[in-house]
Amino acid sequence: MALHTLSVLVENSPGVLARVASLFSRRGYNIDSLAVGPTENPAISRMTIVLNLEGHALDQVSAQLFKLINVIGIQEMKPVESYERELLLVKVERSGDQLEKVVTAHGAKIVDQSPGGLLIEAVADDDQLQSLLKDLAPFIIKELVQSGVVALEIGAKTLAERTMQETGVSNADQRSVKEAGTADYQN
Amino acid sequence: MSSQVTGAKSLVQSLEHAGVDVMFGIPGGAILPAYDPIFDSKIRHILVRHEQGAGHAATGYAQATGRVGVCIATSGPGATNLVTPIADAHMDSVPIVAITGQVPGPAIGTDAFQEADIRGITMPITKHNYLITDPADIPRAISEAFHIASSGRPGPVLVDIAKDALQKMTDFHWPTQRTLAGYRLQLDPDSQGIEDAAALIAASTKPVLYVGGGVIKSNAAKELFALAALTGAPVVTTLMARGAFPDSHPQHLGMPGMHGTVAAVTALQKADLLITLGARFDDRVTGKLSTFAVNAKVIHADIDPAEIGKNRFADVALIGDLARSMRSLVPALERRYAKSRPDLTQWWSQMGSLRNNYPLGYDHPAEGLSPQYVIERIGAISGPDSIYAAGVGQHQMWAAQFIKYENPRTWLNSGGLGTMGYAVPAAMGAKVGAPDTTVWAIDGDGCFQMTNQELVTCAINKIPIKVAVINNESLGMVRQWQTLFYSSRYSNTDLHSKRIPDFVKLADAMGCVGLRCESREDVDKTINEAMAINDAPVVIDFGVFRDAMVWPMVAAGTSNDEIMIARELAPDWGSEEL
Repeated sequence: MALHTLSVLVENSPGVLARVASLFSRRGYNIDSLAVGPTENPAISRMTIVLNLEGHALDQVSAQLFKLINVIGIQEMKPVESYERELLLVKVERSGDQLEKVVTAHGAKIVDQSPGGLLIEAVADDDQLQSLLKDLAPFIIKELVQSGVVALEIGAKTLAERTMQETGVSNADQRSVKEAGTADYQN
Repeated sequence: MSSQVTGAKSLVQSLEHAGVDVMFGIPGGAILPAYDPIFDSKIRHILVRHEQGAGHAATGYAQATGRVGVCIATSGPGATNLVTPIADAHMDSVPIVAITGQVPGPAIGTDAFQEADIRGITMPITKHNYLITDPADIPRAISEAFHIASSGRPGPVLVDIAKDALQKMTDFHWPTQRTLAGYRLQLDPDSQGIEDAAALIAASTKPVLYVGGGVIKSNAAKELFALAALTGAPVVTTLMARGAFPDSHPQHLGMPGMHGTVAAVTALQKADLLITLGARFDDRVTGKLSTFAVNAKVIHADIDPAEIGKNRFADVALIGDLARSMRSLVPALERRYAKSRPDLTQWWSQMGSLRNNYPLGYDHPAEGLSPQYVIERIGAISGPDSIYAAGVGQHQMWAAQFIKYENPRTWLNSGGLGTMGYAVPAAMGAKVGAPDTTVWAIDGDGCFQMTNQELVTCAINKIPIKVAVINNESLGMVRQWQTLFYSSRYSNTDLHSKRIPDFVKLADAMGCVGLRCESREDVDKTINEAMAINDAPVVIDFGVFRDAMVWPMVAAGTSNDEIMIARELAPDWGSEEL
């Protein structure tokens, strides 16, 4: 088993998340994390899905995902070719100089200092966040929340461009209905 | 062209633009606005007696004609009654469009009367689905639904429309462009793949053409015939592909799978190359997957990329329309054959021997009527130009085995989902689509009691199908498994249907002609009597021997190598050179 990160461009339409979730549940794919958000194009959302898979399964997952009509493009975010980040918010009970040192050393910051509940924010990859949490343990972690992974490919290329390149046009099926004719429905 | 109309009128105009000539359905509260313009439409609406019947009728229509089948129902229970036929169409890749009414937009999510989240419910069993709350979206959704249902790997599409969207006024615009950014079809196979496939075929001395339902879906029977002629390879047709290749053809070894012929099962098992055409390595064909065709390389031609490598690794994938793939393969293969041709003599001698030594067969019981004989005679008398729809169970397997198919779209059945009750409504839909063709439903007494209410629909709407109830008074296939695997403990499989109901009286009550046959001597006479009736549906109650079994059989979860030709009787492999 190994973790794979998939970036998936989907139409920003109701029910898309349910379709993806339903597919993963039905086919028994293990989701490690899932993050959904807007993109540079308001009509399109981007999902970043981290999966725990083995062998050929990744091709199969991609092929099944791509069968969803609302899925526009898929790309695996390979570790060396992409930049991955997660957001961590964590509340600790104890304050003090040592805490500030730990937080600074990990590139995190304290965003609220209420008595008995200091809120710390960190943006990093999963290994770094786990290391931060280990160092925060002595300060007594009361509560934490972590986002799913988001990732982008390094370099000038974009997933939207790749999707267009693969198909030749941005909307591959944008041919005229007249040209297709009624016969189109009769095969 | 634009004019102010109701959403309902826009829906009906959209269906007309999509080329719909018939739909099967039942009105109800939420869909009621649509039924007013349906009243005036040139589209024929057939009022069924249960929504499940509408769904299977749409499927039967689509399978018989190749056109998109349409069913329509109201919200809530109307929609949920369509779930089984939609799942059935999804498993067998049948192009249908289901239209459902939904509660008004503002009521959605409030647990309103007859509200069911049919879009959510059908997400995993449709190719795509829609919930429409704005009447302006209706024409686009219908246009897309028909395109998606019928193109690529066909499948069911559901369009759920809120009642107020049907009632509001809107501009009707039939879309001239489709913008489905995420729906891209690869119709032409990769040329390197064609070369690689040709190279494998030209090097194979034990090839098999493993033909699935995709060949029928892509109307590629002609291309298959040409490819078979060129390669000279044995052909097997799966349950979904019966009729894709003529049973009379000398290269045809019959159906593979759990109840396939010894020759077809063994050909796949011992092949060095599977030329897989629109088939999906279903567990009913492969048996225990890890022991399936262990020495074979695989060419997998399919329009659905997700089928490649799903169950079995493909050495060469040909993603594209099957007719096009086969058309490209022929010249590539001819070039290879010009240099050298593999010798299939040895392979054919082995397969020929298996075919001769282990033909399909059955015994006449000492007392009672052989169900296989009944089905065989129906096929022989009605002939290969008729359409046969089967339910699910023993009678389905016998109909796949003992009726001889020569043409695509003449064998309709529920292969993937295994839906009991499929036959009568599917036959009804097929007869509506092909009114000049004789259409038989080969049904079991268990299946028949699930959906026979559609015979009323047939009688009233002058849809003269013929139904053969293969009545063994039990859930026969389950009983067979109980005999074989549960020490003949017949828990809840005895239907007592020789006595109750009286199928002849039932047929009569439903406006059909009811006939009964219980002896071998009367079989031909009764079938001919049914053949002579063309102005009403006919039901023949064939009382048959209840302990007949379907053979050969590969028990579920076991290897195809363990095929049995009768109870505790394996083929005599010692005398076969394999």
